Amino acid sequence: MNLEEIKSQIEANVPGCSLEILPNGSPSGQHSLLVDKEHALTVASFLRDGASPRFDYCSNVTGVDWPLKEISTKQKTKKLVDGVEKDVEEVIKTTTGNYLEVVYHLFSLEDRQGPLVLRMRTEDRAERVHLPSLTPVWRSADFQEREVYDLFGVLFDGHPDLRRLLMWDSFTDFPMRKDYVDPDDYEYEPTAHDEVLKRTQAHYAAQGEPSEAEGAR
Amino acid sequence: MDEQLKNELRRQGVVATTLQELYNWGRKSSIWPLNFGLACCAIEMIATTMARYDLARFGAEVFRPSPRQADLMIVAGTVTKKMAPQVVRLYNQMAEPKYVISMGACAISGGPFKQGYNVLKGIDRYIPVDVYIPGCPPRPEALLDAFLMLQRKIDEQQLTGPDRPRHLQAELPSEFTVPECSEHDLTPTRNDAIWQVPLVNISNAGKNESGRD
Repeated sequence: MNLEEIKSQIEANVPGCSLEILPNGSPSGQHSLLVDKEHALTVASFLRDGASPRFDYCSNVTGVDWPLKEISTKQKTKKLVDGVEKDVEEVIKTTTGNYLEVVYHLFSLEDRQGPLVLRMRTEDRAERVHLPSLTPVWRSADFQEREVYDLFGVLFDGHPDLRRLLMWDSFTDFPMRKDYVDPDDYEYEPTAHDEVLKRTQAHYAAQGEPSEAEGAR
Repeated sequence: MDEQLKNELRRQGVVATTLQELYNWGRKSSIWPLNFGLACCAIEMIATTMARYDLARFGAEVFRPSPRQADLMIVAGTVTKKMAPQVVRLYNQMAEPKYVISMGACAISGGPFKQGYNVLKGIDRYIPVDVYIPGCPPRPEALLDAFLMLQRKIDEQQLTGPDRPRHLQAELPSEFTVPECSEHDLTPTRNDAIWQVPLVNISNAGKNESGRD
């Protein structure tokens, strides 16, 4: 199974879709296919019914949170400084992330091939978090898309029953997001250190009463 | 009546007892647990009731599927925040006298999931626990040991006096507040009437032995 082949198959059969191969640098070399959300449902139906091999089984759906990240890279350029050409290092700042990603692992049970890793990205992490649901194509995605909604807050359009799966209905947070702040449920810790010590101090600071820990500092 | 005389009478075929002894004997010899499990500890609990370990030897063979008929709640496994209100509600529905065994690290303190966003840090924050069993999961022998410990505890209870158990004191509550699942966490996060934060001296937290940062 060649990802390039599958990509060209899809491009030939689903007009207008934009696909991108996201390389995986690890030894497994499990590259994935990024699908635009407008054509995702058509691409999925094609992968299930028309492609060769036919991907008739969706084994796994999961989410990834990519918060906004600034990357600064140094680039050496030649510049004229006071009439003399010099090597100058320029720092170029770029940003990546600021989207939620949903990953589907597809297999072809018929031809014993896979996995094909399919990815979709939302536009941002706050308001525009809608993605098309692939549950109409693979029924097995139902609960897993609900879980992704529950923990990451991706809204799947066209999902038959999009409710929280693991957390309770009145819960408002999305705990698997990187910026999730868990409730201040610190109680006590006999030997607080590292992260727990930070929690201890934050807890007493939030309470506004000088704790023994703060008083001794 | 002292023990020596009682034993002597027993040898002669005369059984002397007290109402308290009979009452405690009856209670401790037929503790019917509630038939529910929450996680992997439940598998050990099931193993305890089966032929190899045979909890029936101690009068607890009847696992009741209804809280109305059960005396003992074995909280066997991780109590998630979503499940906690249901556990408390089940406890409230049990008839007095009722007992609780907190089985395994998760039911005691949250165990390996303590710092997680979805796990309760111990069921004793909402209901009074009689016996704790450490372990992850505890072996069936540990559950049997806890069961015998509970039987000893029942055996020592007084029918009268200030030390009498909760179910004989009308003014003490037999039902406890059921927490509500709210937007971020359970509310309240604990029942202060039965669980308080232990007094821990944390003044040296994060410092070396000289007391400096």
